[in-house]
This record gives sequence, C-alpha cells and structure tokens, in this order.
Amino acid sequence: MRTVLRKTGVLILTLLLVTLFAFLAFELIPGDPTTMLLGSDYTPERAAALRESLGLDRSVAARYLDWLVSFVTGDMGRSYTYSMSVREVLRGKIAVTAVLSLLSWVLVIAVSVPLGVALVRYQKKPFGKIGFSLNQVMMAMPPFFLGILLTYLFGILLKLFTPGKFVPLSEGPGRSLAYLFFPALAISLPKIAKTVKLLRASILSEMRREYVLTAYSRGNSRWMVIKNHVFRNALLPVVTYLAMSLADIVASSIIVEQVFVVPGLGRLLVASISNRDYPVALCIVVMIASVVVVMNYLADILTQAIDPRVRLS
Amino acid sequence: MFDLKNKTFRAGAVITLVMLLIITVGVFWTPYDPNAMDAAGKMAGPGLRHLFGTDNFGRDIFSRVVQGAGATFFIALCSVSIGLAAGLLVGGLTGYYGGWVDELLMRLNDTLTAFPSLLLALVLIAVFQGGKYNIILALGVLFIPTFARIVRMEVARQKALDYVANARLMGVGDMRILFVHIMPNIWPVLLSAVAIGFNNAVLAEASMSYLGLGVQPPDPSLGRMLNEAQGYLLRAPWYALSAGAAIILLVLGFGLLSEGLGGDGRA
Repeated sequence: MRTVLRKTGVLILTLLLVTLFAFLAFELIPGDPTTMLLGSDYTPERAAALRESLGLDRSVAARYLDWLVSFVTGDMGRSYTYSMSVREVLRGKIAVTAVLSLLSWVLVIAVSVPLGVALVRYQKKPFGKIGFSLNQVMMAMPPFFLGILLTYLFGILLKLFTPGKFVPLSEGPGRSLAYLFFPALAISLPKIAKTVKLLRASILSEMRREYVLTAYSRGNSRWMVIKNHVFRNALLPVVTYLAMSLADIVASSIIVEQVFVVPGLGRLLVASISNRDYPVALCIVVMIASVVVVMNYLADILTQAIDPRVRLS
Repeated sequence: MFDLKNKTFRAGAVITLVMLLIITVGVFWTPYDPNAMDAAGKMAGPGLRHLFGTDNFGRDIFSRVVQGAGATFFIALCSVSIGLAAGLLVGGLTGYYGGWVDELLMRLNDTLTAFPSLLLALVLIAVFQGGKYNIILALGVLFIPTFARIVRMEVARQKALDYVANARLMGVGDMRILFVHIMPNIWPVLLSAVAIGFNNAVLAEASMSYLGLGVQPPDPSLGRMLNEAQGYLLRAPWYALSAGAAIILLVLGFGLLSEGLGGDGRA
C-alpha cells in the first residue's frame, strides 16, 4: 500500500512536469502568433491589443499557471485557426482515436499470446522457423507503410473498404468499426510482432530454469511443460509490456490516422502543427502524454498485484 | 565483439552493408537522373528499362529510391551523431560525478521518456520547424536522453571497478580517466544503442516526412516519396512499394545489427 501511495505521488509529479515541458516547448517556437492571426490586417497597434487579449504580454510562469488551472477545470482555450474553443474542435475526435487505439490493443492481445506460444511449440518445424523470420520483418514494418499496403490490398484490390471514406461513429457504429479495423491492423501488426518476440524469448529463457528439468523428469512432454508450468511465469513480463504498449499504440495512431484519413486526434495534431495552431496542438500533446503516463503507472501497479516477487523486492 | 557466428548479427550486417553500398554508389551514379522527367514514359511498370518503373512525371523510381535512401541515411547519420556526442558528454559527466545535477537530469530524463518518441518528435518538429537541417536538429535532440541514460549507467558501473581506482591512485586526472580509460570499455554497449538509434532515426525521419512535417520539396527523402506515392496507389503501386521496401530494409538491417550486438532489439 505504501508503495502504491509513493507511486501515486510520483505520478502526479510526472504529470505536472509533462504539462510544464509541453507548455515550455510550445513557448520556444519562434515567431509571433499575432502575425499569423491578423494576417493582412496586421498593424503594430492591433498586434499589441491582440497580445493583451490573448494574455501573451504576461510572464511565462503566470501564463503556465493560468493555462494549467483552466486546462484541469476543462477550459482548454481558443483555437487560432478555427473560430471556436479548443474543446469544440476536439469534440468527437477523442472518441475516434480512443476506439481505434482500443481496437488495436485488443487485436494485439488476442493475436500475440497464442501466436507466441505456437512459435515456441513448433520452434523446430517449418512453421516455427518461417514464422519467426516473418516476425522479424514485421517488426521492422513502419505502421504507416503497412497502412499503405493494407489500403492497396484490401481497399483497392479486394475492395473490402473505400479508402478515405470513414463512416462517423454517430452514423453507424458497425460500419465505422469495419472501417477502423484496417487502420487498427496497421497499428497492431508491428506491435504483435514485438510482443510475440518478447513472449517467445521469455518462454525460452524460462525453459532453462531448474523446475522445468523436474517437470521433464516426471515424464511431461515438452508441450505439457510449456502449457502447465512455463507459460504462466513467462507471461509476466509480457503482461507489463502489453499494458505499457497501449501508450505506443496511441502514438502510432497519430500517423496511421493520416494514412486512412480517419478524423481523430492524430490528424488534428498534425494539421494544427502545420497550421501553427498551438493551443490545439498543446492540448492534444498533453492529453496523449497524460494517457501514456497514467497507463504506465497502472501497468506498474498491475505487475505488483500479479507478481508477489516484485512486491517484495 | 563482432560475433560472426551469430546469425542475427550476420543477417543485419549483410543487409546494412548492401544498403550502404547501394547508397554510396548512388551518391556518384544512378541509372537515370533522379529528377529527369519523361512525358512519354509516365507510370511505366517495373521492367528492364526502369527497374522499379517510373512515377507520375516519368522519373525513374529506382534512381529516386536510391537517392531518397541516401538522404534518409544522411539525416539518420547526422542526428544519431548529435545525439551520441551530446549523450556521451552529458551522460559521461553526470555518471562520473553524480551529485544533484545528476539527480535533476535523470528526473528530467524520466519525464521525457513518458512521452512516446513519435509524439516527442512531433513536438520538437513544431519547435524547430520542418526542413532538412531542422529535422536533423530535432531528431538529434530527441536522441540525447536515450544515449545519455545508457552512457550514464555504464559509466557509473565502470567507475566502481578496480581499474578506475588504480588509475586514480596513479594520479590520472578525472577527464583522462573518464574519456581515455572508461569510454573504450563502454563501446560494446554503445554500439548496439547506436544501431538501434539508426533504426529509430530512419523510422522517425520517414514518419515526419510522410506527414509533411519533415523534409520539404525539392529535398528527397523516403518518407516524402511515400507521401507522394500514396496518391498514385491505384495506377502505380510499385512507387509506394519501392520506397517502403527501402525503409523496411534500412530499419530491418539496423534492428538485426543491434540485436546481434547484444541489444534487445527494442527501442
């Protein structure tokens, strides 16, 4: 319990540092937002007035505290490019990215565990050897290129979906999910490959432990040893990895959304960085980073809960 | 140090060397001028005349991929060098001296690792803006914490060993101990980190340029080619396939190399 409290303290501190870091990074960007906002209407007087109304004339520390307080209370400021609040700009986008990430995560968990075990079980057979080599290549596959490949294969050749025609969640959750399945596949396949590799290595290193020898000596076959003795122990590092991988998945969805033209947080983030719409970009960065920090914290707690050995050390 | 019997290392070394050879030759000679347009030969399929076919302007894709791979590799080389040099300095000094600066920097490092690297790359690109040299800077800064952490850990471990105490008793200065005595001993660990650094740099450059935030026209890059190629997926799928294959081979080569050198092959 004490460690959980301590970790929660560290969590809050990290979250604060993350917001501070993101805020400062966007402060460092050269250029004055008023030049862009005013465009051809630019005069020094108007710029000064706008700076004051945006609060840009105050110190960095004061603006950070203001921003933090309003962010936490749900007021995320106004977008530079759209004449609405950041909150309205974000509406609907969060759900899309959340659904896409969760779908990818479920795919990773559902496929990688059985596949990893199968690769060890048939390690010496052609299936195991070819599978392992394919797995190595899949690990090197950038998700966005995989997305392009899947678009070509399933969208253009097989016509299983229309590339670029995303169905909003409100118009038909089923059709929306059917479309999101392909970007989810692009995100999850490289992640599956990495998880399979980790699980395979974990099982193989567990196989060298002494209790495995005992299990063999009692007449168990290799498969029985793996299934009944090794699997549960070997799964521990993988569970932590899977819990932490949700963070990476959210990050890869930033770029895969671009490939499949999915109107989520990632596309909005890229667009707002190109358009120099920094209030929107800052909010998205802080939101994604916070999700990551919280997920890693939960993964840490989960590991302790399922493995008493970690708790003791 | 180079375990030639290790299959993973051998595979990685072969792929990387072949890619580097093609890139080096490509600096001096490509079958066609990568920018020469040919209105009559637009979107030609792969064949003997054009190995990987031609694009929407009739430009030879093989020549363009070779040139793009060179540009991507150059960016990776520069950004890894920046990250490594700064990481050696920061990690070496903090690992050797310890103290509150060390504590503070490591806390900062922990915070930075809380960001997924792709997100951090996007933030840094927003700070440095796009363009070839800015992306080198942005990625270089992105890699500093990783290298600094590895160097710091190794230096702190080596510092406790007898040979360092020996050197100190013989009156060797701190800087000499750190850079002449300790550094050579951490190379094996660093090499694997450098290989994975290249892997990440190629991926990051390709991703950012694909998003249109990295290398800008007319500078070539594999990521930018993929971005263009996606628009012609229906009529010239070989365009995207060739650019993507080059990225995969670069990433795969460095990934296997890092694994063969004893890293865990993960970022």
